[in-house]
Amino acid sequence: MQYQISSTFSSNPQSLFSLVDMAEVLRPEMLDISNDTSSLASSQELLHVLAVDDSMVDRKFIERLLRVSSCKVTVVDSATRALQYLGLDGENGSVGFEDLKINLIMTDYSMPGMTGYELLKKIKESSIFREIPVVIMSSENILPRIDRCLEEGAEDFLLKPVKLADVKRLRDSLMKAEERAFKNLMHKRELEANDIYSQLKRAKI
Amino acid sequence: MDALISQLQRQFRDHTISLYQQGFLDDQFTELKKLQDDGSPDFVAEVLSLFFEDCVKLISNMARALDQTTGAVDFSTVGASVHQLKGSSSSVGAKRVKALCVSFKDFCEAQNFEGCVRCLQQVDIEYKTLKSKLQDLFNLEKQIIQAGGIVPQVDIN
Repeated sequence: MQYQISSTFSSNPQSLFSLVDMAEVLRPEMLDISNDTSSLASSQELLHVLAVDDSMVDRKFIERLLRVSSCKVTVVDSATRALQYLGLDGENGSVGFEDLKINLIMTDYSMPGMTGYELLKKIKESSIFREIPVVIMSSENILPRIDRCLEEGAEDFLLKPVKLADVKRLRDSLMKAEERAFKNLMHKRELEANDIYSQLKRAKI
Repeated sequence: MDALISQLQRQFRDHTISLYQQGFLDDQFTELKKLQDDGSPDFVAEVLSLFFEDCVKLISNMARALDQTTGAVDFSTVGASVHQLKGSSSSVGAKRVKALCVSFKDFCEAQNFEGCVRCLQQVDIEYKTLKSKLQDLFNLEKQIIQAGGIVPQVDIN
């Protein structure tokens, strides 16, 4: 990003000059809202995926699939560890976990202890993490199971072995969603900047 | 050196094709190979190594669960290990092992002791056979590279 927008304005009259500076910077034509969002992935971190599976083989496999698809990967071997990683295990509360940036959670369904379905429910109950898409993976094509997961808010249900095409599809749809959110935010900032500039012009500064 | 490389490459190609034709490997193994590159040249070997470790562990669990001397056989415990083995074998493309797990699972559900014991013996033989054949394949790869050659891409179809 080539500009900085501050949305805080001091109402102190002595900061009039800073408002003038701000007006210069915020002149609409100076804002370079480019349509190039390829910098989104490079300036921000890559998509960060949390993968959960009790099988060593499958962990290795999904990790590779995700790396090949240019994602940052964290792999854990149980739902319990996933909750610990997210700070949802009740040990620490969620303090300090608001900054944890996870873009996607992919979990196996059948796991000893807590299942992927139960993990899905816990995530959807969390105020911090409920917006994160959760994908369930299973080796069994059981329709009632699939329905139950989708009803509970799963983003998708993938049959194992997971295909590279599945991962790419997920990543592309997530990137599009991030891109949309980014564009909306920039549009909003542009409107705000326009508004401020008009106000300043009217005040004949 | 070129003659040696060609010969090794031919052996590699033939061995690979026979593994697919004889049903030891399926498409999923091909997918694994696609994920390997110069940055991760040992990926396939590493995954397969984890798979064989899994085989040892799970088969030992199954054997223990099928041991009648400790009391009644818990078929659901056996079934749980079979399910896991079926999953791993599916993930690496170990076609024969996976097929055996399917029958094995049926015998568990039917609580058929003899059927389970037979499957256990077969699965043990099968994974060891695959391991040995893949070792030959990996050795050929190593020899080709050491001789300065390139490991050929084998088109199964």
